[in-house]
Amino acid sequence: MDLYRELILEHWQSPQNYGEMKGADLIIDQVNPLCGDEVTFYFKFASLSSPRKRGSSNWIPDQVGNDKDSSRPLDKTQGKQARTITDVSFVGKGCAISVASASILSEAIKGKSVKELSKLTGEDVFEMLGGPVVPARLKCAFLPLEAIRGILNSKSEARNPKQFSKL
Amino acid sequence: MNIKKIKADFPIFNRKINGKPLVYLDSAATSQKPKQVLAAVDKYYEAHNANVHRGIHTLSVEATEAYEAARKRVEKFVSSSAKASEDKGVGEIIFTRNATEAINLVAYAWGRVNIGKGDEIVTTIMEHHSNFVPWQQLAAENGATLKVVPLRYAQGKLGQGNGELDEEAFKKALTRKTKLVAIAHVSNVLGTINDVKRLSLVVRRLAPAAKLLVDGAQAVPHMNVDIGSLGVDFYVFTGHKMLGPMGIGVLWGKREILESMPPFLFGGEMISKVTLEKTTWNELPWKFEAGTPNVGGAIGLAAACDYLDGIGMDNVRKHEVELTKYAIGRLTKIPGVVIFGSTDAAKRAGVVSFNVGPIHAHDVASILDAEGIAIRSGNHCAEPLVDFLGVASIARASFYIYNDKADVDRLVEGVRKVIKTFRIHTNTTNDK
Repeated sequence: MDLYRELILEHWQSPQNYGEMKGADLIIDQVNPLCGDEVTFYFKFASLSSPRKRGSSNWIPDQVGNDKDSSRPLDKTQGKQARTITDVSFVGKGCAISVASASILSEAIKGKSVKELSKLTGEDVFEMLGGPVVPARLKCAFLPLEAIRGILNSKSEARNPKQFSKL
Repeated sequence: MNIKKIKADFPIFNRKINGKPLVYLDSAATSQKPKQVLAAVDKYYEAHNANVHRGIHTLSVEATEAYEAARKRVEKFVSSSAKASEDKGVGEIIFTRNATEAINLVAYAWGRVNIGKGDEIVTTIMEHHSNFVPWQQLAAENGATLKVVPLRYAQGKLGQGNGELDEEAFKKALTRKTKLVAIAHVSNVLGTINDVKRLSLVVRRLAPAAKLLVDGAQAVPHMNVDIGSLGVDFYVFTGHKMLGPMGIGVLWGKREILESMPPFLFGGEMISKVTLEKTTWNELPWKFEAGTPNVGGAIGLAAACDYLDGIGMDNVRKHEVELTKYAIGRLTKIPGVVIFGSTDAAKRAGVVSFNVGPIHAHDVASILDAEGIAIRSGNHCAEPLVDFLGVASIARASFYIYNDKADVDRLVEGVRKVIKTFRIHTNTTNDK
């Protein structure tokens, strides 16, 4: 399998949903400590059950990186899982593999619920990338997935680089 | 130098990588090992293996003799001048795991005792993390100030003087409060060779209280280094970058300073007498070699010294200058390729760091790997430098005695393939 297949090169050349987002509900940084690749994802959410209301007692954080977990009346997990990603964008510095992976994933998760997102696996990423990548580049391919999975964590800022072992 | 003959000594070149003959251009990360070194290590384990400095039995005596002979051999390798033999006994060779451990030994056993609040540590932006993080950490712990000296013309591309230490800034950084100056002999990214002998005079003049530690990991494998004549207090290097096995490194330190230092690690071997109440320390160099040492590694390193001296370090250097000149000449002709560091091959070691247009170095490395060519990519354990150069990552080809012009030609061919794969059209060249 050619690593630099058409699909990957296309997304490298013109990455989808690339750029910073104003008024994002959540920003997640992910770093690959081995090579220094960085990606930052921006998300906007809407609740499936009730529309998002800024400043209310709604569980949706009203400021970027200010996730008011403690004040939420609803069951945390349920509430979080019910969210839908209405918009997503990313910026970063990285190789073609990680840029393409971020671009393809950003397209794939838009409009999806957080619950659906929690089921995303490394295999799914391979499928989206049109096949597996060589072992040396696994971390590049999975960096964006790791970032996106930060949504599932209660500490949403996810400023800590994480390992890929759980993939 | 007969490269064909040299190459035949390295079994790894029998390997094919992705169906292609291996072109190994990552010796700055670690060198390949000749069969002479492998045989020396084998012979030790097959015929002489025993613990050192402990037993009365024959094997233990043989192992101890071989280990101490290896120390003498390594010492000779880095003490070439006539002055060195006059000064004999000024310095001491301590075996460590690698250069990183050697630096940490100094940071713990000397630094934490002698560097405190208000003191200053001077280092440079071109350091490998191994000669940066320990000092950053020490400064943070003990309330000292870490000063990082920049380079000249860093943002630019290939050019005269590019990538050299900013000596004016270096002088300005040195004060009476400076307790330690930690610099690389040779940059692992830019290949910049620092004139340590001259810099040491500057340090003595402007920072009389400072000790000078030099990281020679990229110098000792590639050029004649006579540590005793450099005017340094500590000098570190590692075996695996100079044809030796992994897991054996060297701290050279001035005897009088080492004598004054407490031990780094405690345990067996490093003691003189142990009672329930107290313990006294062994003499140098064993005071700093707690636990069973890497005897096989030391013997392998000694064999590597033999191998390199067989070629002659001046010949090694000449060969690498030639290859570097050839590589810079060929790579600069490829539109889109940007090379970092000095244009003057005589002023740099055999490392050529470059980028290909906007393509990430990992992608360059992956495509080259498919062609059987091994290069390094990323931040080269020198993140502050890569940031300073204003790029996300850097590709690096580094040369050694087993490389020839045909390897450079394969590299050039590979880089052209990178450009073709990514279909980049760029008019950035170094010729402008």
